[in-house]
Parts: sequence; structure tokens; C-alpha cells
Amino acid sequence: MAKGVKPRVKVPKTAAAGETITIKTLISHKMETGRRKDGDGQVIPRSIINRFTCAFNGENVVDVNMEPAISVNPYFQFDANVPEAGEFTFTWYDDDGSVYEKKKSIKLA
Amino acid sequence: MNFTRRETLAVSGATLVATLLPLKLMASTPDLISDITGGVKASSGGIDLTAPEIAENGNTVPISVDAPGAVAITVLAAGNPTPGVAKFNFGMGSGSQSCTTRIRLAGTQDVIAVAEMADGSFSAAHQTVKVTIGGCGG
Repeated sequence: MAKGVKPRVKVPKTAAAGETITIKTLISHKMETGRRKDGDGQVIPRSIINRFTCAFNGENVVDVNMEPAISVNPYFQFDANVPEAGEFTFTWYDDDGSVYEKKKSIKLA
Repeated sequence: MNFTRRETLAVSGATLVATLLPLKLMASTPDLISDITGGVKASSGGIDLTAPEIAENGNTVPISVDAPGAVAITVLAAGNPTPGVAKFNFGMGSGSQSCTTRIRLAGTQDVIAVAEMADGSFSAAHQTVKVTIGGCGG
């Protein structure tokens, strides 16, 4: 498991039924592209987060396949529909097999 | 060392692939778009790609894509060592078919976004971004 990986998510605490809210996510991750070389000229092996998903009450909001061209500390901002109170689940899939998960619940205003 | 006919074919085939690979990496914008669409012509409306005209640091270039009615948006960087950047698949819970992220660019190049619409058609947009310092650590 890569060190220092910390997911951060910004979701409003409440929303009106049917409202569209904006979600911001950021996960600290070095996103090693596999193209850089260290001081001895050895290629540093690739180690990135290759997939990110967000689901609301089990329903998919966004599912992103990521390549090494995504910057360090991958950041995503997107919109979600909130038809009812519930819970957002955010999942990041690392190249090394680790899965990072974060949940945020939202109430109806 | 004698080659049989089969070995000769195998070696020449491998050489051909090796010579074609760099060409593939330098693929032009229309080629990349048709790779995604499977040869279907992509229309130019219906998708917005927002990227800075000049990015001082290629390591983090903020981009955002917005394509109302799309089921998926693919983002490509034509001049990167590998052109693929990300593919956004939008589910039923998405409020709008848009997303903002930060990408790496190796140098001045075209950033391309291709949206796949719900009816199976494609829309594409591209924008040239000038990069002062490349972001691929070459």
C-alpha cells in the first residue's frame, strides 16, 4: 500500500430533493507515471490510481478510468443528483491493488 | 545462422510493428478521434472543453469537459508519450455530464475530448495548450 494516501471529499451536508449538487474530491497520491528515472538512470515503476468511482445509494454517478496523464493528487469535480437522503460512496483503485473508500451522507433540507 | 521461412516472417513482422509504433504515438488529432469513435465521424457541437491557452507547468493543467446528454467522455492528449488521459463514464445519478480535473502535458499540444452520446453518436472538441515546462519527466 502506497504511503500517505488520504482521500478528501467535499459534499454539502444538506440538499433539497432533486437538487443537483457539486462534489469535489481529492486524494493525495504520488501518481508515478512509470516514465521518470531516478538518479541512477533506473526507471521508477508506474504506480497510479487507475480508477475512481462515485455512487449514491448504490447508483453510479461517475466512473473514471485514469491513465498516467492524470496529475499528482488526482482531483475531480462533478455534479450529482440528490433525489433522496442517502450516502455517497467514493472509491479509488490503486495499481498495487489497494482500494481507498470514503463515505459521506447527505440529508434533505 | 539460418532462418526458416517462418522465422523470417516473424522477425520482419516484429520489425514492422516496431517501426509503426512511434508513428502511432505521434498520431494526429483526427486519427485519435476516429480511434475512439471506431471510424464514425464525430460532430463538433455538443461538447465543451475548457483548457488554458497557456499552461506554465505541464504537471498540472486544469481542464474541464461538459457534454450534456453524453454517457461517456474520453480525454486525450495528442502529444503525450501515451495519448490516453481519462475516460469519464456518467451514471444515472450524475447531475450533469461534466467533470473537472488536472492533467499532465508533455509539451505544447492538442487536448482532445470525445463524447459518446446516449444515441450512439459522437461529438469531439479539441484545444491547443501551450506548455512552458513539460510534465512527463522525460
